[in-house]
Amino acid sequence: MHNLNAIITIAFRDVSKLFRDRPRILASLIFPVIFIGVLGTSLQSNLGDNLGFNFLVFVFIGVIAQTLFQSTASGIISLVEDRQNDFAQEMFIAPISRYSILLGKILGETLISMVQIVGVLVFGFIMGIPLDIPALIRLIPFVFAVSFFGGAFGVMVMSSLSNQRAANQIFPFILFPQFFLAGVFNPISNLPLPILIASRLSPMTYAVDLLRSVYYLGNPEYSKTVLFNPLINLSVVLGAGLVFLVIGTFLFVKNERNR
Amino acid sequence: MKTKKEISHIIEVKNLVKKYKKAKTNAVDDISFYVDEGSFFSLLGPNGAGKTTAISILTTILSKTEGVVTIAGFDVEKHPEKVRQEIGVIFQNPSLDLNLTAEENIRFHASLYNLYAFMPTYSLMPSEYKKRVTKLAKVVGLEKDINKPVKTLSGGMKRKLEIIRSLMHQPKVLFLDEPTTGLDPVSRQNLWKYLQDIRKKEDITIFLTTHYLEEAENSDFICIIDQGKITTKGTPVEIKESLIKKYITIDSKDRTKLTNELTSYKIKFEGVGPFKILINTQSTGQEIIQKIKTPLTFLDIHSPSLEDAYVEIITKNAQS
Repeated sequence: MHNLNAIITIAFRDVSKLFRDRPRILASLIFPVIFIGVLGTSLQSNLGDNLGFNFLVFVFIGVIAQTLFQSTASGIISLVEDRQNDFAQEMFIAPISRYSILLGKILGETLISMVQIVGVLVFGFIMGIPLDIPALIRLIPFVFAVSFFGGAFGVMVMSSLSNQRAANQIFPFILFPQFFLAGVFNPISNLPLPILIASRLSPMTYAVDLLRSVYYLGNPEYSKTVLFNPLINLSVVLGAGLVFLVIGTFLFVKNERNR
Repeated sequence: MKTKKEISHIIEVKNLVKKYKKAKTNAVDDISFYVDEGSFFSLLGPNGAGKTTAISILTTILSKTEGVVTIAGFDVEKHPEKVRQEIGVIFQNPSLDLNLTAEENIRFHASLYNLYAFMPTYSLMPSEYKKRVTKLAKVVGLEKDINKPVKTLSGGMKRKLEIIRSLMHQPKVLFLDEPTTGLDPVSRQNLWKYLQDIRKKEDITIFLTTHYLEEAENSDFICIIDQGKITTKGTPVEIKESLIKKYITIDSKDRTKLTNELTSYKIKFEGVGPFKILINTQSTGQEIIQKIKTPLTFLDIHSPSLEDAYVEIITKNAQS
């Protein structure tokens, strides 16, 4: 119970901070708007007819997964900022387990990413993207899995970054290539071998494919849009997420105290 | 079961060593001391002496290299969570969340310590919580600003807020790591007034590290640390007595008569005027003054401050 209270407290702190930071809410919508509105529509108009599936829907689901993954992962990196501002000290001298701190942080960032997803959905409907509502509803439990996965990935990366400057410089390089390797807005069924290996090693690939495999389940476009069975994707997302979380927390705590 | 001795020593540090990764020397080099329950203990030392390292180990946020540290009977390495429940910490750099209000910072802390279930608004919190916040805010004079965003508070107010927050869970020991750094003299004085007040009301042990020696004058016990080692221990009075030579300075229009008179009484003096006469070793200042018949134009009794003692200790250590 004690740690649960702490997890909720830490999560709530993050969410209340978001609502006091309007520029951050707006900034978080810029990427999805560019990806769907500009990249998605231009590719759909020029290539769409040859693909055999609606490219905008394909990009839209990809962007939802990417937004969830990226938002939670970057949110976790803010712990580095907290540590720099010494706010983390307040959490680290509280009588709670380190797992609670990181789980609270992941939960908070997951809730924040949900707020962003609402924005992305509204934008999608305004654009008139032909979305399958029951399939979208089916995604609900899985979006949480994707956020958790992004958070765990963030913990793993953060545990090895010593300061905010390193985090700001290195993190985009770890995240950005994954947009393309994971096929957020490019089909990746056929790839040259080196890129194929990198793509299958990229954690975001499974996050994106999980949402697509659930969304397109039972749809004739399934075979053209999805790489793996939803169960395989879910196993990777949850399994690798757990491994990232455990290793990341272990390293984080070790580096915090063993200076 | 804790023995009587353990309870009276709320903090025990035995042969503590800390060597940072890649460092050539030990930041804390085999220090030992204890702190009595309910006392006011000060750890003094110049920058880089090892004060913050020591306080970080005592508050469980840094691992030690060697030695044993217990707080309230719990080993910091084996039972860090139990130690954390018993301590309050005010860090050198403020550790407040600037995006939240003062009260939200307190509520966040209270929930992390599991004092109350977390509620999203102040009004939903139980009345005990509200009473405790109001009581502590009153003691430090922050009751009017408790709902303001932390960004709008001054440095002194932020420190007061940290004090309220650190006392919410009724810790046995309050660690203060240079708490008045960056505060103006009035805020510093105010803060100490409140801290002394709280110490009495909450019956708490205070562990202080500071640069401002006058803040440590009221300590029950002082340890001076330099280059990772404890160079001096004792009460402020003991430290001053053992190190600083008390002296009187006198002068007269007729310096020859005065020096002849001092020589006739076999009183040793230094200088060619004004004359410095060491006391303690020879006789008390009053005895010396009573003997002198030559009219004096200047008389000063030098009463050393803790700062004088401190400077002497650190300088001696640097020379050796």
